[in-house]
Amino acid sequence: MRTTKREDISSGTASIAPVSDMATPRVVNADNQEKPVIVVHDVQKIYHLGQTLVPALRGISLEVSPGEFVAVRGPSGSGKSTFMNIIGCLDRPTRGSYWLAGKLVSQMSTYELARIRNRLIGFVFQGFNLLARASAQSNVELPMIYAGLTREMRQQRARQALQLVGLGSRLDHKPSQLSGGQQQRVAIARALVNSPAILLADEPTGNLDSRTSVEIIGILQALNQQGLTIVLVTHEPDIAAYASRQVVFRDGRLVRDEPVANPRDAQAEWAVLSTQNPDEDY
Amino acid sequence: MSTLNQEREASTSSSRKPTILPRLKREDFERAGKLGINISIALQALAANRLRSLLTTLGIFIGVASVVSMVSLIQGVSANWTDTIASLGTNMIIIAPGAGNNLSNSGLSSNGGVSVSSRVTSALPAAETTLSLTPGDATVLVKIPSVTAVSPLLSIHAQVISGNQNWNTRISGVDPGLEQIQNWTIGQGDWFSTTDEQGARTVAVLGQTVYQQLFATSGTDPLGKTIRIGNQPFRVIGVLEAKGGASTTDDVVFVPFSTALERLKNSSYVDQILVKVDDASNIDAVQRDITTLLEQRHHIARGSADDFNLTSSKQLLQTFDQILSLATALYVSIASISLTVGGVGIMNIMIVSVTERTREIGIRLSLGAQRQDIRNQFLIEAVTLSLVGGIIGMLLGMLLGLVITARLGVPFVLTPTSVLVPFVVSAGVGVIFGLYPAVRAARLDPIEALHSL
Repeated sequence: MRTTKREDISSGTASIAPVSDMATPRVVNADNQEKPVIVVHDVQKIYHLGQTLVPALRGISLEVSPGEFVAVRGPSGSGKSTFMNIIGCLDRPTRGSYWLAGKLVSQMSTYELARIRNRLIGFVFQGFNLLARASAQSNVELPMIYAGLTREMRQQRARQALQLVGLGSRLDHKPSQLSGGQQQRVAIARALVNSPAILLADEPTGNLDSRTSVEIIGILQALNQQGLTIVLVTHEPDIAAYASRQVVFRDGRLVRDEPVANPRDAQAEWAVLSTQNPDEDY
Repeated sequence: MSTLNQEREASTSSSRKPTILPRLKREDFERAGKLGINISIALQALAANRLRSLLTTLGIFIGVASVVSMVSLIQGVSANWTDTIASLGTNMIIIAPGAGNNLSNSGLSSNGGVSVSSRVTSALPAAETTLSLTPGDATVLVKIPSVTAVSPLLSIHAQVISGNQNWNTRISGVDPGLEQIQNWTIGQGDWFSTTDEQGARTVAVLGQTVYQQLFATSGTDPLGKTIRIGNQPFRVIGVLEAKGGASTTDDVVFVPFSTALERLKNSSYVDQILVKVDDASNIDAVQRDITTLLEQRHHIARGSADDFNLTSSKQLLQTFDQILSLATALYVSIASISLTVGGVGIMNIMIVSVTERTREIGIRLSLGAQRQDIRNQFLIEAVTLSLVGGIIGMLLGMLLGLVITARLGVPFVLTPTSVLVPFVVSAGVGVIFGLYPAVRAARLDPIEALHSL
């Protein structure tokens, strides 16, 4: 594996990636004037399993600018989940550096990482990960509790966030009283409450049917159009087609990084789907 | 579909993109700590599984209840003892015949009252002991420095009759000085005087119990009335106020010593000699002097056992203090054992709870909970369990203590410490036994925790 140093790139602009045998990665945000929200430089993650060393990430470098909708694709074992964990500050890289919103996160202590997770990152998981015993509103308030917001502020923002995702009438419902799509919407609302810099979605539609998946992606796209940077991990090419940029992992390396030519419009699709009867064949 | 669509239309007209939710400002944050919210999170978690929480508190609750009731019993008995000893007279030395153990007859009597050695309070005729103390001894002892008063004691058990009432009681033949020695207070009439003593007059002073038994029902004024002691007529010249202490303290009739010697019990020996010392600090010195003097008078060879023994009120208190310390040590060890068992129960349940809620912990950590938030949450849960158990146990223990002390006729003592100590100790148990599970929860890896079931 050869890596090219920053100065070697002829275009002289942002993103670099290790040169591999696969297709040459292309620079995607050359014309972007704003400072990137994510800068990852030669990040490696090596696991120690007894005597053996398992490299999960073999030197990833990439940048994400504000307002992008990035889909991270790759088969299982490609390292995309490991990459997500590092981007989400749940884990630290073995080597390399990671800047989030201008802060060097890869060197931070556990305490500081928790603060970063709380204030700068919003998580949406495949399994929703809501607290089963708490109402929708309580679930959405959770990040604000740990941020230390006043009670009035928490309740106000929780209600606002739930209204934003269309669940204003279900504030007191428990997860068991909500459908899968509704639960994921609660999770999205929860991810928004601390006004994070990025939203990380790990297979957000993995537990949802195709119809509801469109609805959820539609919400994410709408948020993205409002300016929220979204990084979405998926193994489904259909879902990745909604993003504005695709990044492909293979065997711990970044093998493709290119913009999506004509991203699918989930909101338009949902407009059509919502008029159809879901029980009819289509 | 949602308000997002409406906002999209609105935003395209403005030059700057609006944020989805308003940015957070400094004043949105709580200035106080996160303790309050952590407490409510912990309480919600406990309430979610009420039966389990209740059963866990049971371990602490039973331990605390049993200890608190034991403590109130011990405190009540101890208060009773000190009252009894005080009622015998402070700064007093009791000389009794025989070389036996002073406290062989002390303890709880069958009717629930606490009786100090029968030789001390009732002074039964020394059938089982040697006869060695004489009236002459009493006269001599007055000369010892720091001695303020001495009284010999002749004791008889006899029936007292007044009109159609009769009552069996003990008759004590004593010097007039006994009034001061044992701190008796006259309620009606007078104590007998030195002239009564010299003239061996047949006068009697009744203790409160005897007065109640013989005169209270008929309501007659006892003063001047004739009563029969044995077959001898005596004139009542005074009634004593109740002194309390042991239940038999007021069940007595005092007559002059010489009268008792002449008419009730003809003996060259006395049953006891009571000596009053001017100050507590001189008791030891006086005891030594008495011992030396009596050994000489009784011609006791060096090295052989004395034919008398001394007990000071101070010694009695000391002995009872020792017994109290023993009882305290006993109940503290029992308390420690039962609280440890209760605490282990709490630790056990908390570990189970942490394991069960691993995924929940992972969610909280991923949303930005600090490790100390997680630790504090579980610690608060453990302390709440132990405190609730401790408070309920304390209340029930006090209730039990009330019942037991009432049944045994001892006072119920309640001090700030008897409320504070169970509270503090049960909170401590919660912290100590809840710490390990709480730290374990805090150390979970968020990624692994999220992946557990």
